[in-house]
Amino acid sequence: MTAITHHLSDALLDGYVTGCLAQPFAVVAAAHLSLCDACRARAETADMLGGAMLDRIAPADVSQGGRDRMMAALDLAPPPPQPIAASGIFPAPVMQALGGRPPKWRMLGGGIRQVILSADVDGSLRLLYIPPGRAVPEHSHGGLELTLVLQGSFADSEGRFGPGDLEIADDDVDHQPTAGVEGPCICLAATDAPLRFRAMIPRLLQPLFRI
Amino acid sequence: MPAETASHTDPTLWLLAVRDHRDRAAFLMLFEHFAPRLKAMLMRGGLRDGSAEDVVQDVMLVVWHKAAQFDPHRADASAWIYRIARNRRIDLARRKPLPEPDALAEPEGSEPDAAHVLALGQEAALLRRALDAISPDQARVLEQAYFEDLPHSRISEMSGLPLGTIKSRIRLGLDRLRRHLNDLRQP
Repeated sequence: MTAITHHLSDALLDGYVTGCLAQPFAVVAAAHLSLCDACRARAETADMLGGAMLDRIAPADVSQGGRDRMMAALDLAPPPPQPIAASGIFPAPVMQALGGRPPKWRMLGGGIRQVILSADVDGSLRLLYIPPGRAVPEHSHGGLELTLVLQGSFADSEGRFGPGDLEIADDDVDHQPTAGVEGPCICLAATDAPLRFRAMIPRLLQPLFRI
Repeated sequence: MPAETASHTDPTLWLLAVRDHRDRAAFLMLFEHFAPRLKAMLMRGGLRDGSAEDVVQDVMLVVWHKAAQFDPHRADASAWIYRIARNRRIDLARRKPLPEPDALAEPEGSEPDAAHVLALGQEAALLRRALDAISPDQARVLEQAYFEDLPHSRISEMSGLPLGTIKSRIRLGLDRLRRHLNDLRQP
Protein backbone atom coordinates (compact mmCIF):
# COMPACT_ATOMS: atom_id res chain seq x y z
CA MET A 1 0.00 0.00 0.00
CA THR A 2 1.39 3.39 -0.92
CA ALA A 3 1.47 6.07 1.74
CA ILE A 4 -1.36 8.58 1.98
CA THR A 5 -0.17 11.92 0.60
CA HIS A 6 -3.37 14.01 0.44
CA HIS A 7 -4.69 14.87 3.90
CA LEU A 8 -7.38 16.81 5.75
CA SER A 9 -6.53 20.53 5.81
CA ASP A 10 -6.19 22.19 9.22
CA ALA A 11 -9.52 23.93 8.67
CA LEU A 12 -11.32 20.67 7.86
CA LEU A 13 -9.72 18.80 10.77
CA ASP A 14 -10.64 21.64 13.13
CA GLY A 15 -14.16 21.72 11.67
CA TYR A 16 -14.49 17.99 12.26
CA VAL A 17 -13.23 17.90 15.88
CA THR A 18 -15.40 20.88 16.84
CA GLY A 19 -18.45 19.30 15.19
CA CYS A 20 -18.88 22.18 12.75
CA LEU A 21 -18.78 20.21 9.48
CA ALA A 22 -22.02 19.41 7.70
CA GLN A 23 -22.85 15.71 7.94
CA PRO A 24 -21.62 14.59 4.46
CA PHE A 25 -18.22 16.23 5.06
CA ALA A 26 -18.05 14.89 8.62
CA VAL A 27 -18.54 11.33 7.31
CA VAL A 28 -15.71 11.81 4.78
CA ALA A 29 -13.46 13.29 7.50
CA ALA A 30 -14.20 10.38 9.89
CA ALA A 31 -13.53 7.90 7.05
CA HIS A 32 -10.19 9.57 6.25
CA LEU A 33 -9.26 9.53 9.98
CA SER A 34 -10.02 5.80 9.96
CA LEU A 35 -7.45 5.27 7.21
CA CYS A 36 -4.84 7.95 7.88
CA ASP A 37 -2.58 7.59 10.91
CA ALA A 38 -1.06 11.04 10.42
CA CYS A 39 -4.40 12.87 10.63
CA ARG A 40 -5.63 10.58 13.42
CA ALA A 41 -2.56 11.52 15.45
CA ARG A 42 -3.15 15.24 14.77
CA ALA A 43 -6.70 14.90 16.11
CA GLU A 44 -5.65 12.91 19.19
CA THR A 45 -2.79 15.28 19.99
CA ALA A 46 -5.29 18.11 20.12
CA ASP A 47 -7.27 16.01 22.63
CA MET A 48 -4.20 15.81 24.89
CA LEU A 49 -4.26 19.59 25.12
CA GLY A 50 -8.02 19.45 25.74
CA GLY A 51 -7.40 16.99 28.59
CA ALA A 52 -4.72 19.21 30.09
CA MET A 53 -7.15 22.15 29.92
CA LEU A 54 -9.86 20.02 31.58
CA ASP A 55 -7.51 19.29 34.49
CA ARG A 56 -6.97 23.02 35.02
CA ILE A 57 -10.58 24.21 34.91
CA ALA A 58 -12.11 25.54 38.15
CA PRO A 59 -14.37 22.65 39.28
CA ALA A 60 -18.13 23.19 39.67
CA ASP A 61 -20.12 21.82 42.62
CA VAL A 62 -21.82 18.52 41.84
CA SER A 63 -25.03 17.82 43.77
CA GLN A 64 -24.90 15.25 46.57
CA GLY A 65 -27.34 12.91 44.83
CA GLY A 66 -25.28 12.87 41.61
CA ARG A 67 -22.70 10.46 42.93
CA ASP A 68 -25.30 7.97 44.22
CA ARG A 69 -27.27 8.16 40.98
CA MET A 70 -24.05 7.54 39.07
CA MET A 71 -23.08 4.42 40.97
CA ALA A 72 -26.63 3.04 40.73
CA ALA A 73 -26.62 3.65 36.96
CA LEU A 74 -23.67 1.30 36.49
CA ASP A 75 -25.97 -1.63 37.25
CA LEU A 76 -29.16 -0.38 35.65
CA ALA A 77 -28.01 0.81 32.26
CA PRO A 78 -27.58 -1.85 29.59
CA PRO A 79 -24.33 -1.61 27.64
CA PRO A 80 -24.76 0.52 24.52
CA PRO A 81 -25.54 -1.40 21.32
CA GLN A 82 -22.57 -2.38 19.19
CA PRO A 83 -22.06 0.28 16.55
CA ILE A 84 -21.79 -0.85 12.94
CA ALA A 85 -18.15 -1.79 12.26
CA ALA A 86 -15.87 -1.44 9.25
CA SER A 87 -16.27 -4.04 6.50
CA GLY A 88 -13.90 -4.69 3.59
CA ILE A 89 -12.80 -1.42 2.03
CA PHE A 90 -15.48 0.56 3.88
CA PRO A 91 -14.48 2.19 7.20
CA ALA A 92 -17.05 2.20 10.01
CA PRO A 93 -18.46 5.69 9.27
CA VAL A 94 -19.16 4.59 5.67
CA MET A 95 -20.74 1.31 6.79
CA GLN A 96 -22.91 3.34 9.18
CA ALA A 97 -24.00 5.59 6.30
CA LEU A 98 -24.80 2.39 4.35
CA GLY A 99 -26.96 1.21 7.25
CA GLY A 100 -24.66 -1.80 7.73
CA ARG A 101 -25.55 -3.32 4.34
CA PRO A 102 -23.37 -3.77 1.23
CA PRO A 103 -23.78 -0.97 -1.33
CA LYS A 104 -26.60 -1.28 -3.90
CA TRP A 105 -24.95 0.17 -6.99
CA ARG A 106 -26.98 1.99 -9.64
CA MET A 107 -25.70 2.32 -13.18
CA LEU A 108 -24.97 5.86 -14.33
CA GLY A 109 -23.84 4.98 -17.87
CA GLY A 110 -20.34 4.34 -19.19
CA GLY A 111 -19.84 1.64 -16.58
CA ILE A 112 -19.90 4.24 -13.81
CA ARG A 113 -22.06 3.35 -10.81
CA GLN A 114 -23.10 5.19 -7.70
CA VAL A 115 -24.93 4.82 -4.41
CA ILE A 116 -26.47 7.94 -2.89
CA LEU A 117 -26.00 7.73 0.87
CA SER A 118 -27.71 11.01 1.67
CA ALA A 119 -28.97 14.07 -0.17
CA ASP A 120 -30.62 16.85 1.79
CA VAL A 121 -30.07 20.41 3.00
CA ASP A 122 -26.69 19.38 4.44
CA GLY A 123 -25.45 18.44 0.96
CA SER A 124 -24.95 15.04 -0.59
CA LEU A 125 -22.87 11.97 0.13
CA ARG A 126 -22.34 9.18 -2.38
CA LEU A 127 -20.14 6.25 -3.31
CA LEU A 128 -18.82 6.23 -6.87
CA TYR A 129 -17.51 3.23 -8.80
CA ILE A 130 -15.38 4.09 -11.83
CA PRO A 131 -14.15 1.29 -14.13
CA PRO A 132 -10.36 1.15 -14.81
CA GLY A 133 -9.21 3.95 -17.10
CA ARG A 134 -12.69 5.51 -17.29
CA ALA A 135 -13.30 9.23 -16.70
CA VAL A 136 -16.15 10.74 -14.71
CA PRO A 137 -17.91 13.40 -16.84
CA GLU A 138 -16.26 16.77 -16.37
CA HIS A 139 -18.09 18.75 -13.72
CA SER A 140 -17.89 21.72 -11.45
CA HIS A 141 -19.90 22.44 -8.36
CA GLY A 142 -21.29 25.31 -6.39
CA GLY A 143 -19.26 24.78 -3.26
CA LEU A 144 -16.87 22.36 -1.63
CA GLU A 145 -16.40 18.77 -2.82
CA LEU A 146 -14.43 16.19 -0.83
CA THR A 147 -13.47 12.91 -2.53
CA LEU A 148 -11.85 10.07 -0.57
CA VAL A 149 -10.40 7.08 -2.43
CA LEU A 150 -11.36 3.75 -0.85
CA GLN A 151 -10.01 1.45 -3.57
CA GLY A 152 -7.91 1.89 -6.72
CA SER A 153 -6.92 5.40 -7.73
CA PHE A 154 -7.87 8.37 -9.86
CA ALA A 155 -5.98 11.26 -11.36
CA ASP A 156 -7.10 14.73 -12.41
CA SER A 157 -5.63 18.20 -12.85
CA GLU A 158 -4.81 18.27 -9.12
CA GLY A 159 -2.71 15.08 -9.10
CA ARG A 160 -2.97 11.35 -8.44
CA PHE A 161 -5.07 10.04 -5.56
CA GLY A 162 -4.67 6.52 -4.13
CA PRO A 163 -6.37 4.64 -1.27
CA GLY A 164 -6.94 6.91 1.75
CA ASP A 165 -6.08 10.07 -0.21
CA LEU A 166 -8.51 12.95 0.09
CA GLU A 167 -9.10 15.49 -2.67
CA ILE A 168 -10.38 18.88 -1.50
CA ALA A 169 -11.92 20.76 -4.43
CA ASP A 170 -13.55 24.15 -4.11
CA ASP A 171 -15.94 25.67 -6.59
CA ASP A 172 -13.35 26.91 -9.06
CA VAL A 173 -11.87 23.48 -9.70
CA ASP A 174 -13.19 22.07 -12.97
CA HIS A 175 -12.05 18.52 -12.87
CA GLN A 176 -12.41 15.31 -14.78
CA PRO A 177 -11.20 12.46 -12.58
CA THR A 178 -9.93 9.41 -14.50
CA ALA A 179 -9.62 6.05 -12.75
CA GLY A 180 -6.22 4.35 -12.74
CA VAL A 181 -5.84 1.36 -15.07
CA GLU A 182 -4.85 -1.01 -12.23
CA GLY A 183 -8.47 -1.69 -11.26
CA PRO A 184 -11.84 -0.10 -10.57
CA CYS A 185 -11.76 3.02 -8.42
CA ILE A 186 -14.26 3.31 -5.57
CA CYS A 187 -14.51 6.63 -3.79
CA LEU A 188 -16.65 8.45 -1.26
CA ALA A 189 -17.69 11.92 -2.39
CA ALA A 190 -19.39 14.69 -0.45
CA THR A 191 -20.68 18.00 -1.80
CA ASP A 192 -22.61 20.86 -0.30
CA ALA A 193 -24.28 21.64 -3.63
CA PRO A 194 -25.41 19.56 -6.63
CA LEU A 195 -22.70 18.88 -9.21
CA ARG A 196 -22.99 20.72 -12.53
CA PHE A 197 -21.88 18.74 -15.55
CA ARG A 198 -20.35 20.46 -18.53
CA ALA A 199 -21.86 18.11 -21.09
CA MET A 200 -25.51 18.61 -21.97
CA ILE A 201 -26.81 15.11 -21.52
CA PRO A 202 -25.52 14.45 -18.03
CA ARG A 203 -27.02 17.79 -17.00
CA LEU A 204 -30.40 16.62 -18.26
CA LEU A 205 -29.92 13.43 -16.30
CA GLN A 206 -29.04 15.30 -13.13
CA PRO A 207 -32.54 15.42 -11.64
CA LEU A 208 -32.92 11.74 -12.44
CA PHE A 209 -29.72 10.57 -10.82
CA ARG A 210 -29.34 13.38 -8.29
CA ILE A 211 -25.62 13.33 -9.03
CA MET B 1 6.05 0.03 41.36
CA PRO B 2 6.88 -1.15 37.82
CA ALA B 3 8.14 1.48 35.40
CA GLU B 4 5.06 1.06 33.28
CA THR B 5 2.72 2.41 35.98
CA ALA B 6 5.15 4.94 37.44
CA SER B 7 4.57 7.32 34.55
CA HIS B 8 0.76 7.29 34.64
CA THR B 9 -1.26 10.05 36.25
CA ASP B 10 -3.60 8.93 39.02
CA PRO B 11 -6.71 9.28 36.82
CA THR B 12 -5.05 7.11 34.16
CA LEU B 13 -4.32 4.43 36.78
CA TRP B 14 -7.96 4.55 37.91
CA LEU B 15 -9.18 4.27 34.34
CA LEU B 16 -6.90 1.27 33.73
CA ALA B 17 -8.34 -0.38 36.86
CA VAL B 18 -11.85 0.19 35.49
CA ARG B 19 -10.78 -1.12 32.07
CA ASP B 20 -8.98 -4.22 33.32
CA HIS B 21 -10.89 -5.11 36.51
CA ARG B 22 -14.25 -3.26 36.33
CA ASP B 23 -13.08 -1.66 39.58
CA ARG B 24 -15.95 0.34 41.11
CA ALA B 25 -13.84 2.05 43.74
CA ALA B 26 -11.53 3.29 40.97
CA PHE B 27 -14.57 4.44 38.97
CA LEU B 28 -15.78 6.41 41.96
CA MET B 29 -12.35 8.10 42.14
CA LEU B 30 -12.68 8.98 38.44
CA PHE B 31 -16.14 10.38 39.06
CA GLU B 32 -14.98 12.46 42.04
CA HIS B 33 -12.13 13.86 39.98
CA PHE B 34 -13.83 14.47 36.64
CA ALA B 35 -17.52 15.15 37.40
CA PRO B 36 -16.90 18.67 38.84
CA ARG B 37 -14.50 19.49 35.97
CA LEU B 38 -16.79 18.11 33.26
CA LYS B 39 -19.70 20.01 34.75
CA ALA B 40 -17.67 23.23 34.70
CA MET B 41 -16.64 22.54 31.07
CA LEU B 42 -20.23 21.84 29.99
CA MET B 43 -21.51 24.97 31.70
CA ARG B 44 -18.82 26.97 29.88
CA GLY B 45 -20.28 25.41 26.73
CA GLY B 46 -23.68 26.90 27.54
CA LEU B 47 -25.50 24.13 29.44
CA ARG B 48 -27.50 25.02 32.55
CA ASP B 49 -26.66 23.54 35.93
CA GLY B 50 -29.19 20.68 35.87
CA SER B 51 -28.67 19.56 32.31
CA ALA B 52 -24.90 19.82 32.73
CA GLU B 53 -25.14 17.27 35.55
CA ASP B 54 -27.26 14.98 33.41
CA VAL B 55 -24.70 15.12 30.61
CA VAL B 56 -21.88 14.45 33.11
CA GLN B 57 -23.74 11.27 34.09
CA ASP B 58 -24.08 10.28 30.41
CA VAL B 59 -20.39 10.90 29.79
CA MET B 60 -19.21 8.96 32.84
CA LEU B 61 -21.51 6.08 31.91
CA VAL B 62 -19.82 5.96 28.49
CA VAL B 63 -16.46 5.91 30.31
CA TRP B 64 -17.66 2.87 32.29
CA HIS B 65 -18.97 0.99 29.26
CA LYS B 66 -16.26 1.89 26.75
CA ALA B 67 -13.24 1.66 29.05
CA ALA B 68 -12.04 -1.34 27.00
CA GLN B 69 -11.23 1.09 24.17
CA PHE B 70 -8.89 3.22 26.32
CA ASP B 71 -5.26 2.95 25.13
CA PRO B 72 -2.68 4.62 27.41
CA HIS B 73 -0.20 4.66 24.52
CA ARG B 74 -2.31 7.25 22.73
CA ALA B 75 -3.92 9.35 25.46
CA ASP B 76 -4.09 9.90 29.19
CA ALA B 77 -7.40 9.63 31.05
CA SER B 78 -8.03 13.38 30.88
CA ALA B 79 -7.63 13.52 27.10
CA TRP B 80 -9.77 10.43 26.52
CA ILE B 81 -12.59 11.64 28.79
CA TYR B 82 -12.34 15.17 27.37
CA ARG B 83 -13.04 13.79 23.86
CA ILE B 84 -16.04 11.75 25.04
CA ALA B 85 -17.51 14.82 26.75
CA ARG B 86 -16.77 17.04 23.76
CA ASN B 87 -18.46 14.63 21.35
CA ARG B 88 -21.47 14.30 23.64
CA ARG B 89 -21.82 18.09 23.76
CA ILE B 90 -21.43 18.29 19.97
CA ASP B 91 -24.13 15.64 19.44
CA LEU B 92 -26.54 17.66 21.59
CA ALA B 93 -26.03 20.61 19.24
CA ARG B 94 -26.16 18.73 15.91
CA ARG B 95 -29.11 17.35 13.99
CA LYS B 96 -27.24 14.08 13.41
CA PRO B 97 -24.62 12.49 15.68
CA LEU B 98 -21.01 13.18 14.72
CA PRO B 99 -19.67 10.16 12.78
CA GLU B 100 -16.60 8.72 14.51
CA PRO B 101 -13.57 7.00 12.97
CA ASP B 102 -12.96 3.25 13.35
CA ALA B 103 -12.10 2.16 16.88
CA LEU B 104 -8.44 1.16 17.01
CA ALA B 105 -7.38 -1.87 19.00
CA GLU B 106 -4.02 -3.09 20.18
CA PRO B 107 -3.33 -6.47 18.57
CA GLU B 108 -4.40 -9.39 20.82
CA GLY B 109 -1.82 -10.27 23.43
CA SER B 110 0.50 -7.33 22.71
CA GLU B 111 2.47 -6.15 25.71
CA PRO B 112 2.27 -2.52 26.84
CA ASP B 113 5.26 -0.57 25.57
CA ALA B 114 6.48 0.87 28.88
CA ALA B 115 9.11 3.12 27.32
CA HIS B 116 6.58 4.65 24.98
CA VAL B 117 4.02 5.22 27.73
CA LEU B 118 6.71 6.80 29.89
CA ALA B 119 7.74 9.15 27.10
CA LEU B 120 4.11 10.10 26.39
CA GLY B 121 3.60 10.83 30.10
CA GLN B 122 6.71 13.01 30.14
CA GLU B 123 5.54 14.95 27.09
CA ALA B 124 2.13 15.46 28.69
CA ALA B 125 3.77 16.73 31.89
CA LEU B 126 5.88 19.18 29.89
CA LEU B 127 2.76 20.30 28.05
CA ARG B 128 1.05 21.03 31.38
CA ARG B 129 4.07 23.00 32.53
CA ALA B 130 4.04 25.00 29.30
CA LEU B 131 0.34 25.74 29.90
CA ASP B 132 1.19 27.10 33.35
CA ALA B 133 3.46 29.66 31.73
CA ILE B 134 1.18 31.24 29.11
CA SER B 135 -0.52 34.57 29.70
CA PRO B 136 -4.13 34.82 30.93
CA ASP B 137 -5.17 36.19 27.51
CA GLN B 138 -3.69 33.22 25.72
CA ALA B 139 -5.23 30.82 28.22
CA ARG B 140 -8.58 32.48 27.53
CA VAL B 141 -8.21 31.81 23.78
CA LEU B 142 -7.43 28.14 24.44
CA GLU B 143 -10.34 27.81 26.87
CA GLN B 144 -12.71 29.20 24.30
CA ALA B 145 -11.43 26.80 21.63
CA TYR B 146 -11.57 23.76 23.90
CA PHE B 147 -14.68 24.40 25.98
CA GLU B 148 -16.92 26.83 24.18
CA ASP B 149 -16.66 26.66 20.38
CA LEU B 150 -19.56 24.54 19.27
CA PRO B 151 -21.16 23.42 16.05
CA HIS B 152 -23.46 25.81 14.31
CA SER B 153 -25.09 25.79 10.91
CA ARG B 154 -22.11 27.42 9.14
CA ILE B 155 -19.89 25.02 7.22
CA SER B 156 -16.33 25.82 8.27
CA GLU B 157 -14.05 26.29 5.86
CA MET B 158 -7.52 -1.40 7.01
CA SER B 159 -5.56 1.21 8.57
CA GLY B 160 -2.54 0.75 6.33
CA LEU B 161 0.11 1.82 8.82
CA PRO B 162 0.79 0.08 12.12
CA LEU B 163 -0.68 1.61 15.25
CA GLY B 164 2.88 2.44 16.32
CA THR B 165 2.96 5.24 13.79
CA ILE B 166 0.00 6.95 15.44
CA LYS B 167 1.61 6.61 18.84
CA SER B 168 4.91 8.13 17.80
CA ARG B 169 3.19 10.90 15.86
CA ILE B 170 1.14 11.86 18.91
CA ARG B 171 4.37 12.22 20.85
CA LEU B 172 5.96 14.31 18.12
CA GLY B 173 2.82 16.42 17.94
CA LEU B 174 2.85 17.00 21.68
CA ASP B 175 6.45 18.07 21.48
CA ARG B 176 5.56 20.57 18.74
CA LEU B 177 2.52 21.77 20.67
CA ARG B 178 4.64 22.39 23.75
CA ARG B 179 7.25 24.30 21.73
CA HIS B 180 4.45 26.37 20.26
CA LEU B 181 3.11 27.20 23.72
CA ASN B 182 6.63 28.13 24.80
CA ASP B 183 6.97 30.39 21.76
CA LEU B 184 3.71 32.12 22.66
CA ARG B 185 5.32 33.10 25.91
CA GLN B 186 8.15 34.99 24.21
CA PRO B 187 7.43 38.72 23.88
